[in-house]
Amino acid sequence: MSIDLKTIKHISKLSRISVDEKKAEKLAGDLNSIFDFIEKLNELKTDNVEPLTSVAETTLKLRSDEVKSKNLRDQVIKNSPKENEDYFVVPKVIE
Amino acid sequence: MSDITKQSLSELVENIKGKKLSSSEVTKAFVERSEKSKELNAYITEDYANALNKAKKFDEKPNLDLKLPGIPMAVKDLFCTKDLRTTAGSKILNNFVPTYESTVTQNIWNEGAILIGKLNCDEFAMGSSNETSFFGNVQNPIDKNLVPGGSSGGSSSAVAAQLTPITIGTDTGGSIRQPASFTGTVGLKPTYGSCSRYGIVAFASSLDQAGPMAQNVKDCALLQEIISTYDEKDSTSIDFKRNVYSKELTKDIKGKKIGIPKEYRVDGMPKEIEDLWKKGIEYAKDCGAEIIDISLPHTNYALPTYYIVAPAEASSNLARYDGVKYGFRAEGENLIDMYEKTRSEGFGAEVQRRIMIGTYVLSSGYYDAYYLKAQKVRKLIKNDFDDAYKKVDAILTPSTPSSAFKIGEKTNDPVSMYLNDIFTVPVNLAGLPGISIPAGHDAKGYPLGLQIIGKAFDEQNILNIAYAMEEKINFKNNITDWWIK
Repeated sequence: MSIDLKTIKHISKLSRISVDEKKAEKLAGDLNSIFDFIEKLNELKTDNVEPLTSVAETTLKLRSDEVKSKNLRDQVIKNSPKENEDYFVVPKVIE
Repeated sequence: MSDITKQSLSELVENIKGKKLSSSEVTKAFVERSEKSKELNAYITEDYANALNKAKKFDEKPNLDLKLPGIPMAVKDLFCTKDLRTTAGSKILNNFVPTYESTVTQNIWNEGAILIGKLNCDEFAMGSSNETSFFGNVQNPIDKNLVPGGSSGGSSSAVAAQLTPITIGTDTGGSIRQPASFTGTVGLKPTYGSCSRYGIVAFASSLDQAGPMAQNVKDCALLQEIISTYDEKDSTSIDFKRNVYSKELTKDIKGKKIGIPKEYRVDGMPKEIEDLWKKGIEYAKDCGAEIIDISLPHTNYALPTYYIVAPAEASSNLARYDGVKYGFRAEGENLIDMYEKTRSEGFGAEVQRRIMIGTYVLSSGYYDAYYLKAQKVRKLIKNDFDDAYKKVDAILTPSTPSSAFKIGEKTNDPVSMYLNDIFTVPVNLAGLPGISIPAGHDAKGYPLGLQIIGKAFDEQNILNIAYAMEEKINFKNNITDWWIK
């Protein structure tokens, strides 16, 4: 299989990572060599195999629905690159 | 005492408890050696002044009942440390100062240890040579311009160079065991669910585990018993009976059945690695273990499986870096443009590559062919181990297919870099514990490691086997301090 530049552009859009032509070509080369290597999995028949989603063979524990940490607003906002009083600030979305 | 930094963790603890050394003396010694070792680039963030203050405070009212009384320690920069910058080796977190502490590091401070700094690592732990770090590559103290392994490369370098008596790393596909092997140190990847992932910058959540890195097995066992706790803040933390590993450590492994998987004899494996493995088998026999040939038939499929599962989870985990809530932001013409520029400028090449792979295998039309397929093969890999453990108590393999390589040697070929983890990745996929111990040198004098893989939750058993073999191997690390002028 081969990943072309159009596919790279599509993935970069889904990934929210901008790529220019030069970077797209490099990525196409890298991804193709990685996927050649991944294709090995097709040698295996897995029709009747259950997928493994977690190695931890436990069910999720329930806990009581209590608030344990309060008043974290300042901590939550502390690392934001741009804020205004209690809010995160992003470029204008609505015209 | 002039040779403080040469002492093992256990010796330092004994000397502080016996009042032969103060925390200030010990902390000062490691800080001074770290300051003289800048060329290794093992640290991303130093916290020396605070550490010396904390040591002084400890000495004023020493609590000698703790397990790590006033012991200085640097940790991988993937663990969130409250009020101290945590970068994960990335530009995108360059200015991130956590407002909370990871459970694993909190457990360490609760036993009296003192943070001296944050150690370099591959960006978001994605790498096998520490060369993907935004903060530059790390030197292996074994030789100049040699990689220390990765992703916990700052950790392995710092322990081998005695900048910290002990440390912690994280291991998603070999990131503790491979760097331990490359630097002649001991590294343990615990069972999935053993150490809490709370407060650790996430890479691939179904594979990530924190673990100790040390100069010997006993120190490793002591740190493991401290960091391994059940934690309700991590929904995959497992509530099982944890041993007091250092107390229950024994060299008596008579009659233990150790499996040798034939599929680990990979094509093109250097003779030195084959010889090391044979020697390891002899050491295990000398310790009274019984050697049994086993088969792990899907071994060859582990790496391709890993390179679907890990990037898929990473692409999802790293979606949070959007330039809004924390971290680096690049300005853009509109919101989407801001996201795309932030992530394009904030992430390095390897991280972008893996996000793209992960996004692709999860995208509409490809999910079943790649992601679901990989999860099924992962099941087959785990079944292999389950079958093997009906016959044996542990499995012995080489840790890596080669010794440490030169900086820049593999950076242009991602697949050849990925092959480094061929012996370690299956262990993460199956969620098992594995330990790498130094077992010999190659012709260049570089260290080589052996890996012992255990049953889930059977850390005590592999620590015991490692402890017994360590005595027989009697490995000496050859550190010449070449970087100190």
